[in-house]
Amino acid sequence: MPTRRDTLKQGLLVAGLLAGTGLFPGQALAAYNNRAFEAKGWDAALKALGSNLPTESKDITLQGPDIAENGAQVALSVATTLSGVKRLLVLVDKNPAALVALVEVGPDIEPSFMLRAKMNESSAVYAVALMNDGRALFARKDIQVTQGGCGN
Amino acid sequence: MADPIRIRAQLMGNNATVRALMGHEMESGQRKDAAGKTVPAWYIQEVSATHNGKTVLTAQWGPAVSKNPFMQFIVKNAKAGDKVTISWKDNRGDTRTDEATVA
Repeated sequence: MPTRRDTLKQGLLVAGLLAGTGLFPGQALAAYNNRAFEAKGWDAALKALGSNLPTESKDITLQGPDIAENGAQVALSVATTLSGVKRLLVLVDKNPAALVALVEVGPDIEPSFMLRAKMNESSAVYAVALMNDGRALFARKDIQVTQGGCGN
Repeated sequence: MADPIRIRAQLMGNNATVRALMGHEMESGQRKDAAGKTVPAWYIQEVSATHNGKTVLTAQWGPAVSKNPFMQFIVKNAKAGDKVTISWKDNRGDTRTDEATVA
């Protein structure tokens, strides 16, 4: 009878093998990037992701409210018309940690998503597209927050 | 067991717009309880989506995604009847996966 520990060990081994062959369901998912998600300020977060210096681009769109009454639920949508996007990021510069979310854009989805973010205070919000060719492009929007959201 | 993910996958031409509402506290780790002690962070870290069994989206989230997170994305080359699943995993290792049919 295998002990629980053995079973666990084997599970890990199998997971490792699967990851090696690329058969793992989350194959495209790099290990959770703690450093990037703890970085203060959007530039530090981008640096932790190994990104090049970003340049502003009209081809990236970031939509959100001008004034958010409730910082706990700020709807943000990020999209681009460019092809060759590897990752899309949303960052709130003045949050305790700037990086909100990182989406790996595969060939089977449009480079576009929407989610709701918490905002601690009024801040610049950035949408960044990391391109396959190494470029980093961004769009910026300043959002005023009436009531902070990190206490929620 | 965590609450089910509410998923709606709506066909628009050749694409499906997928909207997902996940039930999760998304505790930021910034908040203090009545006794002044910091409430530990508890949030979804990894999200993935499949279309007919193939992984089409993976994402990493920080604690600044809102409570009971909403996410919308667009899957290419979808047909009515296709299966879309969404999974999440939080920083405590809890996971939840749910499926919807494109309509």
